[in-house]
Amino acid sequence: MSVIQVNNISKHFGSLKAVDGLSFEVQAGQVFGFLGQNGSGKSTTIRMLLSLIHPTSGSIQIFGDSIASNRNKVLEEIGAIIERPDLYPYLSAKEHLQLFAKLRSKKITPSSIEDTLVKVGLQDRAKDKVHTFSLGMKQRLGIGIALLHNPSLIILDEPTNGLDPQGISDIRNLIQHLAKEEGKTILVSSHILSEIEQMASHILILHKGKKLADGAIQTLLDPNKMIVHLTTTNDELAIQVILASSFSNYLLKRPAGIYLSIPHFEIPLLNQFLIQAGVGLINVESRNSLEDYFLQLTSNTN
Amino acid sequence: MKSIISFELYKIFRRPRTYIAFGAIAALILVIQFGLKVDGQSYAAFLMKDINDTLTVDGNVLNGYLICYILLQLLLVHVPLLVALIAADMISGEANLGTLRLLFSTPFTRTQWVLGKFIAASIYTIVLLIWLALLALFLSMWVFGTDDLFLMKSNYVVLIEQNDVLWRYVGAFVFASFSLLTVTSLGFLMSSIANNSIGPIVGTMSAIVFFTILSTLNIPLFSMIKPYLFTTHMNNWKEFFDIQVNDNNEAIKGSILNVAKIKTSLIVLSTHIVLFVCTAVYITRKKDILS
Repeated sequence: MSVIQVNNISKHFGSLKAVDGLSFEVQAGQVFGFLGQNGSGKSTTIRMLLSLIHPTSGSIQIFGDSIASNRNKVLEEIGAIIERPDLYPYLSAKEHLQLFAKLRSKKITPSSIEDTLVKVGLQDRAKDKVHTFSLGMKQRLGIGIALLHNPSLIILDEPTNGLDPQGISDIRNLIQHLAKEEGKTILVSSHILSEIEQMASHILILHKGKKLADGAIQTLLDPNKMIVHLTTTNDELAIQVILASSFSNYLLKRPAGIYLSIPHFEIPLLNQFLIQAGVGLINVESRNSLEDYFLQLTSNTN
Repeated sequence: MKSIISFELYKIFRRPRTYIAFGAIAALILVIQFGLKVDGQSYAAFLMKDINDTLTVDGNVLNGYLICYILLQLLLVHVPLLVALIAADMISGEANLGTLRLLFSTPFTRTQWVLGKFIAASIYTIVLLIWLALLALFLSMWVFGTDDLFLMKSNYVVLIEQNDVLWRYVGAFVFASFSLLTVTSLGFLMSSIANNSIGPIVGTMSAIVFFTILSTLNIPLFSMIKPYLFTTHMNNWKEFFDIQVNDNNEAIKGSILNVAKIKTSLIVLSTHIVLFVCTAVYITRKKDILS
């Protein structure tokens, strides 16, 4: 079942095309990673999903309803944090949850407020005012507000911003728990690609407002196409000989280092070729991470 | 809508800034009352110096009713500026803080949010006015006592019997609430345009000062628009203290000299309130939340 269905949406700010003809679907129960560089249109898209920004064209359906015509019904089932965790500095964590509980039609009991505080690890600071909180604590409270009404769809824009390694791990575990144990659909954007790789089952890569790729991570990161990082005794010479050879097609444009996107069975041949060309190999590191895939796609487009 | 109003009222009354206006009003009133208590008789003598030769006034001239009238004359010009502090921050302050996106992604329409916020700001304004009434009227009555209200107008004097005064103050405060709600709605409109707190507050204050100057200028060109400016009507609470007289030039108890003027002012002020709030709703509905 399709939870989010985005059909050819665009958003123009004057002559700037922040999002350009974007379409994608998120299925129920997926953890959907939303990737893109700064200014790629991620936050604009997320804001359009929450009806904070009106699309210039295209349509968005969530739970089968149009966000434009059934906004309130749709938003009742969504919990979201958008970019920074901006909250009221003069209110405490508990006051925030109590106040936002009033804005939901679902009955939220005092015990579920306490449970939410425990879930995001703020039970000991519940009565402290938010102006005394660190960025990470504000982020946790923002997530608490998003989860408070037990929504079916959770949209998290950069949820690990400002968190320490333990906090990042906790949020990752929480997202995985919500998806696997509670069957929530989660759309999560992050600039930390390794985080997305660990959390998401599907991804969408956005670049300059356009979709570069989307699909299941397993499918996109083809294990037969390795990305190899070479460390040699003479990188300059290595690049020259590779460029002059049949391996040149595999060479990736990167600001530093030698990277090749190469079928795994050709790696021994490359190794032999470089040795014959007088280039000593210090290290051959095969990588197939989301970060490499992302950089490969976006650098090719640039 | 009820949820939004209680949400907004909770925030308003938890903010330290809210109490600046209450503190400022209390300080001003107490200082003036103290001054008049200590040196009130010389102030009263100064007021009466032009009519002492033709009129003998007995009793407690400087009573609580007159003190309240003096206080309202002084304060009702400045209270709008205090109202603007809160009203002009209601939407833009949230945009500046970044919380507007949190509010507008809840299952309420933007129209509901704007109207809910306006009602909450209006409640704050009314509470502020009640606070003003408690201190200016009831505290003055307690401290200075009560007697007939003797008012010196520009070219005549008005004497209102003490049992004919209190209802006029009720009317004056109800009228003042319309004046202040006009300021609240203007602040609200400014707030819907900007994404920072200072601009709308300064903008509202500037608009009040600008239109007040236009309202008081006696230039024929501006006379045409003066009847339509809200600032022309804001101080017409004083009309409750002009009384009709019979053929023997005796005051008619329970009467108001120019009821039509009060009605016209209320219509003009109400029209402004509706216009400002509807424009704020329209702007907020249309705009993209980028903060």
